[in-house]
Amino acid sequence: MFSKKILTYLILLIIPFLNITKVYSIEPDIFVQSTVNRASEALNNKFSKEEKILKLKAIAKETVDITGIGFYTLGSYRKNITDDQKKEYENLFEQYFLKTFSSRLAEYSNPEIEVTSKEKLNKNYTMVSSTLVSTDQRPEVKVDWRIYTKNPDNPLIRDLIIEGLSLVRTQKEEFSSIIQSNDGDINALFSTLRDFIK
Amino acid sequence: MKKIIITSLISLMIASSVSSDTDGKVEDCFEGLNRATFSLNQGLDKTIFKPVAKAYRVLPSSVRSGTSNVLVNLSSLITIPNNILQGDFKKAGVNTGRFVVNTTVGILGIFDVAKKMDFPKYEKEDYGQTFGAWGIGPGCYVVLPVLGPSTVRDTFGSFVNVLGGDPYYNASTHGNNEYLTDSLYMKTKVVSGIDFRAKNLESIENLEKNSMDFYASVRSLYLQDRQQKISNSNPTIEIMYEGDWEELETQ
Repeated sequence: MFSKKILTYLILLIIPFLNITKVYSIEPDIFVQSTVNRASEALNNKFSKEEKILKLKAIAKETVDITGIGFYTLGSYRKNITDDQKKEYENLFEQYFLKTFSSRLAEYSNPEIEVTSKEKLNKNYTMVSSTLVSTDQRPEVKVDWRIYTKNPDNPLIRDLIIEGLSLVRTQKEEFSSIIQSNDGDINALFSTLRDFIK
Repeated sequence: MKKIIITSLISLMIASSVSSDTDGKVEDCFEGLNRATFSLNQGLDKTIFKPVAKAYRVLPSSVRSGTSNVLVNLSSLITIPNNILQGDFKKAGVNTGRFVVNTTVGILGIFDVAKKMDFPKYEKEDYGQTFGAWGIGPGCYVVLPVLGPSTVRDTFGSFVNVLGGDPYYNASTHGNNEYLTDSLYMKTKVVSGIDFRAKNLESIENLEKNSMDFYASVRSLYLQDRQQKISNSNPTIEIMYEGDWEELETQ
């Protein structure tokens, strides 16, 4: 009894000196499959649409590089904005992204995605290929994931390429079109984003 | 009339073939007109195409997949000459084999027997893609009434179909037989449009709902799709835009 107490005490003393927070690198394909499984669980029909959206937003915040995507979609305009504008944009884009991301996915119920392969592009990126299994309503869809692996312990999604069509590139061109139609005024994009996320 | 249209299209194609940026970006030279046509198409879609596509979706899935298979099989008649024009004789041979098998054993293409026989995955080709493969630039982006997004080059490519490039059209209009007629050809094209719309009901609705500039989103998706089809690329390899991403790293 006594020795058990001592052992427990010793363990409690030692714990702060142990590097128990060490995280092992996660393979991008396993990361994608686990993210997809979490999203599938969130889309289970036992949850209401509002609950699904909340769960999906939480998953996106953890697994998607929202800030990186935001600055990518600004294209060359990101070079000419002030630090205050950057902060404002970061905030607006995050709200916009989470709203559209969750809204897009919340319509689906139990989507079945199978990860098929991965290809390391360079130290920063790995492309993971997967297939959205066909149903009666739609054919099989090929989905590729651009995974940002600069920190291998914390891989992040930077793009989804559906049947060869990049969602982030589409977003970038949409934003560029809004800015261009307003004589290059980036504030017009901010204002459109504000209206959209209301 | 046909000659006037062809001459106009060729002139437009030559004039606008310089309208691509050095980075390959396609110019939207007629954006005002294109946006107006896009609005017209959206109106037609809401009142006609979407409701019809929804009704089509009510049909049993076996009927829809049979119809879709017939349409895909007919498209081989355009794909095969384009395989040859692009110098891809192997694919032309495979696609000819697929067409023969599906038309005969598959009863006019209703059943995709070739797929069950492990034929390679079918990839459609058209004259616009062939022009692209020959190095002809896309020219300006255009939105056609009813038909939707295109480029000057791809529009001209579509005209080649009715100028003798589509054996199904030739047999229907000049075939002098009792089975194939002009109206059957037109009906096939209409069903093909409905089939496409029905397959993409949710995705188009979702895109529209989540776009702040739906016109720009559709333009981007169309041009990405064409770029990929013309280069016959593996999307995971080609659609990466590494330069853009790497630039982001350095900022």
